[in-house]
Amino acid sequence: MRYLIIGNSAAAVGAVEAIRHYDRQSAITIVADEPHHVYSRPLISYLLGGTVDETRMHYRPEDFYERNDVETMLGVEVTQIDVRAKTVSLAGGGQVGYDRLLISTGGKPFVPPLPGADLLGVYTFTTWQDARRIDHYIDDNRVESALVVGGGLIGLKTTEALIERGIAVTIVELADRILSTTFDRTASKMAESILRQHQVEARTGTTVEEIIGRTGRVDHAVLRDGERIDCDLVLFAIGVRPNTGLIPADSGIAIERGICVDRHMQTTIDDVYAAGDCVQAYDMLIDACRPIAIWPNAYRQGYVAGCNMAGVDKRYEGSFPMNSIEVCGVPTISVGLTDPPRDEDYEIIDKYDRDALVYKKLVLYHNQLVGAIFVGDIDRAGIYTGLIRDGVDVRPFKEHLLSGSFGLISLPRDLRKHMVVGEGIEV
Amino acid sequence: MKRIHVNEEYCIACRLCEIHCLVQHSQSRKIIKAFKEEAPRAMARLLVEEQGPLSFAMQCRHCEEAACLEACMTGAMHRDEETGAVLCDEDKCVGCWMCIMVCPFGAIQRNIVGRRAASKCDLCYGNEVPVCVAHCPNEALTFVEDTPSGNGSA
Repeated sequence: MRYLIIGNSAAAVGAVEAIRHYDRQSAITIVADEPHHVYSRPLISYLLGGTVDETRMHYRPEDFYERNDVETMLGVEVTQIDVRAKTVSLAGGGQVGYDRLLISTGGKPFVPPLPGADLLGVYTFTTWQDARRIDHYIDDNRVESALVVGGGLIGLKTTEALIERGIAVTIVELADRILSTTFDRTASKMAESILRQHQVEARTGTTVEEIIGRTGRVDHAVLRDGERIDCDLVLFAIGVRPNTGLIPADSGIAIERGICVDRHMQTTIDDVYAAGDCVQAYDMLIDACRPIAIWPNAYRQGYVAGCNMAGVDKRYEGSFPMNSIEVCGVPTISVGLTDPPRDEDYEIIDKYDRDALVYKKLVLYHNQLVGAIFVGDIDRAGIYTGLIRDGVDVRPFKEHLLSGSFGLISLPRDLRKHMVVGEGIEV
Repeated sequence: MKRIHVNEEYCIACRLCEIHCLVQHSQSRKIIKAFKEEAPRAMARLLVEEQGPLSFAMQCRHCEEAACLEACMTGAMHRDEETGAVLCDEDKCVGCWMCIMVCPFGAIQRNIVGRRAASKCDLCYGNEVPVCVAHCPNEALTFVEDTPSGNGSA
């Protein structure tokens, strides 16, 4: 058996660790266009901010490939996949054959077509290389102000890094509030006010019309409403889209919003699997497939793919959106459906302490928890995530859900016992 | 692997487990110094839950398929190959709190007073028996070999 993995991030590592759990013998090859040893992509904002140095970027120990007996071809671009011949072609010539293939090519940053987007000082921010380039640009050009396009999670992490560098940031967000896809209005407004306290201005409900340069470098941007924003640097942080460019249209691998996969993470072609930001996998809350580009999903999907590639039947139980992000030191977590339609099927339980800057909100659908927001106090948030995942009927303990002492102790004994699978807590 | 079993009907909420856990994870590992002199004070790696007559200690279940390990974006959360324990390398952890977001037992805490890192049970790494178990006066906590328990996988 020859396993081939395209990509070298969370999904790839999940697959390697799963395969090696069951199969110590067969050859595993990783081909990836980035030259680095496997690193933590989300850490690039910490790297740019200076809170993490390059030695801490590694996601797995130095000897990860050796210990798992993985052959690597790093800094090598795949140009084409041939699912009939079961080969992939490499840039600069050469082919690699496989028996089972994993496509984990991640996401591609989205940049809207925009006059001035080709100026020096305009970047996307998704790779280690991007972080290095931006870092040099900041130093070489003594950048003092920046415009971050996109007020989502990536935009906020980017903003945080720039604040660490002493750079004044303006965020431009097309929606009428920042973090509009993960937060509700109350939480968004809290985040905006926290940012304002840190001299970050958010322009919402608008977008960049044009970036104007001077001697080839960014000088200022003009927004749709005509406002001019002076900035030395523009970072696009609108988000990523599944990177499916390698897959030929006639390959038979179905692609919708991302690569289509079944509950075993197999594509529509036998022996070809896909995982991570490039796929649309099962979302248990909407009971349908869609891309959810988050790290935990990528690892899990890679792990499930790896098991099945090694011949061990493993089902992907599905996931739902979830994110943990600090806004200028204020921890926040959002899980699932956080801003449901005004509809009698949904019930909201919330608690807002304006002075303490603490907001907690739970979204129930027919007595099942389907979403949660925590701002300022995230302690034990995972218990709620678990209740969402397991579709638990919360009626027996509903009134305790947001009480100060809520914990496993609030759950019915049987459920508690079931969670810890009998042995852990004996009742 | 050997795991900590929690027997809630024997727990008397004395919180000795909590105290000894804190001492074990302090710098001096001496009870009075740990509470009176060390600043910031060390954190206990377990929680005692109490409501009326019911109580129990809850610490990391060291799940076979651990959600925290899968969610950890830095690779700080890892499995010790020898003992099977799920450990957090606090030098690698940046405190993104993804582990807290996914742990269905709520067994991971934020440490923000000491080194900013996820704080969790390490089964008293190096000890034959974790101190919470060793100091439990009523065998509400026991340390026993068992089949995989707990599945915190997302």
